[in-house]
Amino acid sequence: MKMKNGLFAALAWVTLAALNVPAAAVAQDAGDDIFAQYREMFGDDNPAELIELQGEDLWSQTRGPKKASLEQCDLGLGPGKLDGAYARLPRYFADTKRVMDLETRLIHCMVTLQGFAEKDLVAKPFSGRGDQPSDLEALSAFIAGRSRGTPIEVSQAHAQERAAYERGKAFFFYRAGPHDFSCATCHSQSGKRIRLQALPNLTEAADARKAYATWPGYRISEGTVRTMEWRMGDCARQQRLPELQFGSDIAIGLITYLGVMANGEPMNAPGLKR
Amino acid sequence: MNYPRRSFLKLGGTALAALATTALWPLRALAAAVRPEAAFVAKDLEGTYKGLGGMPTESAEIDLSTPDIAENGAVVPINVTSKLPGTEEIYILVEKNPNPLAAMFTIPEGTEPFVSLRVKVAQTCNLIAVVKAGGKLYSTAKETKVTLGGCGG
Amino acid sequence: MASPMRIRAKTTDGVTEVKALMSHPMETGMRKDADGKPIPAHYITEVTATHNDKLVLHAYWGPAVSQNPFLNFRFKGGAAGDTVTIKWVDNQGESQSEQTALT
Repeated sequence: MKMKNGLFAALAWVTLAALNVPAAAVAQDAGDDIFAQYREMFGDDNPAELIELQGEDLWSQTRGPKKASLEQCDLGLGPGKLDGAYARLPRYFADTKRVMDLETRLIHCMVTLQGFAEKDLVAKPFSGRGDQPSDLEALSAFIAGRSRGTPIEVSQAHAQERAAYERGKAFFFYRAGPHDFSCATCHSQSGKRIRLQALPNLTEAADARKAYATWPGYRISEGTVRTMEWRMGDCARQQRLPELQFGSDIAIGLITYLGVMANGEPMNAPGLKR
Repeated sequence: MNYPRRSFLKLGGTALAALATTALWPLRALAAAVRPEAAFVAKDLEGTYKGLGGMPTESAEIDLSTPDIAENGAVVPINVTSKLPGTEEIYILVEKNPNPLAAMFTIPEGTEPFVSLRVKVAQTCNLIAVVKAGGKLYSTAKETKVTLGGCGG
Repeated sequence: MASPMRIRAKTTDGVTEVKALMSHPMETGMRKDADGKPIPAHYITEVTATHNDKLVLHAYWGPAVSQNPFLNFRFKGGAAGDTVTIKWVDNQGESQSEQTALT
């Protein structure tokens, strides 16, 4: 199959070269359009909905040693206020005196309200392939869904929020690992693609907005909803960097940087991903 | 929310009995009651058609809509609309899958001869819609190219 | 709520469009897990859709239907207050049923 794909791509290049189209434009157009028809056929029918339903159920379920639900969890807009909360994360929380993204805040709520042990919650935050979605995945899908249409508004008012942005930006461009890769290697130029897939240029508003607004997303290849923390960790893995720790300052910094770049875009998550 | 199997079977039986008593389409009710197992386990198109009772005739009266190229073969949307009068059944086949037959639908009277489903496509090949109308089999086919996007899986 | 189902039904000009998403792994039986052990086949074999008590769609499926299946069909005669019920049964004997009211 690989050979066939390679051949197909090669043929496409030959054809396009014969038409004398500038190379940069070709990459952009091919990457953007080739799967447009495929994606359109999905319409609004995203299996993420099933995982949102599971998250909604989990949110109100009485669980943990303290036998409590998460309904009093404060995601930044006040206890239990979910509408639009995800569009304003990550943000600085006065009670923990740190910037938190959705997932670290959810862990915080599961620890403080429900009495779960943090180390158990972060030991395996994401589901394996073919497993039922993890609690964190289901809750993230549900809560992100409650920000649909709300413009992204990641705050830079607090000094720690600005520091998180700077930390994330520095990491985004930091080259390391056996391949001397950074996030920017793949995501700082327009019109690039990997195989047939367009790579978003996350340093420019147009691409950054579209990308950020659709995470968490239902990953077709994984058969479940994947979260923003998972996405950051997977990028680090692809770069062959040491494992990006869940909820670390680097992970939250990266999400803050990408969020600020996407400010103004209406949230449209969970998205539907390849 | 989980129905015990027994109560499901009872409900299903009731529904089928209700359909059979409408008398207009007794054959349809019978068809719905038997899974075409031979067709589902067949490993190639020839075997599948044998399991379905014969070779279909190509027909332009079946609209088959699938993507020209799929980003992920694990989920390929497919829409089938039959314009053949008396459409009773719609089958969806993926030519080069280990078992080509993916799904069989029975269309009772009052239901439009249309279904939309998402199927796995193991490799670039023809997707085929087979329609049973007036007791005869008709088909149309369209190729979908399958790729693997981005950084691997 | 181990395996939820979501049904949407919308009636326009006497035709009811039904869209259903079902939570199911749809394992083919041909995959192996991380330890190299084969994962047993686990897939929906039969789907029944009824409008009130009338059968509006019946399906037999094989394992080639995608994980978390999506199904879309249309029937005539649906009216406000009517119910649409979708039930599935799989090759391991599990089953699931969900109902929605037409608006």
